[in-house]
Amino acid sequence: MSKKSNEPFLWFLFSAGGVVAALLMPVLLFLHGLAFPLGWLQPSGYETTLALVKNPLARLVLFVLCSLPLFHWAHRFRFTLYDGLQIKHLNEVISFFCYGGAIAGTALAGYLLWNIP
Amino acid sequence: MNQTPAYTTHHPRWYRTRVSTYWWSRKWAYFRFIVRELTSIAVAYVVVLTLVQIQALRQGADEYAEFQELLRKPLLLSLNMIALFFVLYHAITWFNLAPKAVVAHFRGKRISDTLIKASNYVVWLAISGGVIWLLSGG
Repeated sequence: MSKKSNEPFLWFLFSAGGVVAALLMPVLLFLHGLAFPLGWLQPSGYETTLALVKNPLARLVLFVLCSLPLFHWAHRFRFTLYDGLQIKHLNEVISFFCYGGAIAGTALAGYLLWNIP
Repeated sequence: MNQTPAYTTHHPRWYRTRVSTYWWSRKWAYFRFIVRELTSIAVAYVVVLTLVQIQALRQGADEYAEFQELLRKPLLLSLNMIALFFVLYHAITWFNLAPKAVVAHFRGKRISDTLIKASNYVVWLAISGGVIWLLSGG
């Protein structure tokens, strides 16, 4: 059976997710994980934050922020297990777990962002 | 080397040296490689944290305040500090590798690695500043 490899497509998702994660995650984690809880900066109030997240563009950004980096994780983590721990005989199980997790996370993000009360 | 191996009835076994599972701990460069690969766990963690935050936001003001209170716990503060280190490590190694992945030309000349790297960092700073401006205050 001559099947076209889907490795280039997965690599594209890995790469796009890597860019999104690199550009947005440090600042988001700095704000929500350290600056806001420790009082270095004041976060916006609930209503303002909710209004912001309801904006279609913000929803799109959040969806992309959740989805692509999960595929980045799936691809990289798969090869970490493959090369780092040399678990080669479990390749199928690992792929299923990694990409399946990314697809499930994407679906969840889509659901949560689609209907915000 | 010049001798033809004798005929065997069984399939000859390939010569492969066994590689230790901890091969990456032997050399600083290998170790940095594994750390870079492990940043993906922090990346996935940030996604999970974001999803939990969105869910708290959907549920209402009280639930969102509860989520914010949770983030003040020492356990989560330390976890987030570690995750921030890994996410930063990812960002820096990613931008530094960008010139290797992007081969861009301008007026027939290849854009230098330094310029590609620098523009990545400029965009990163601009976006980070924008996000801080957007999410803080009030």
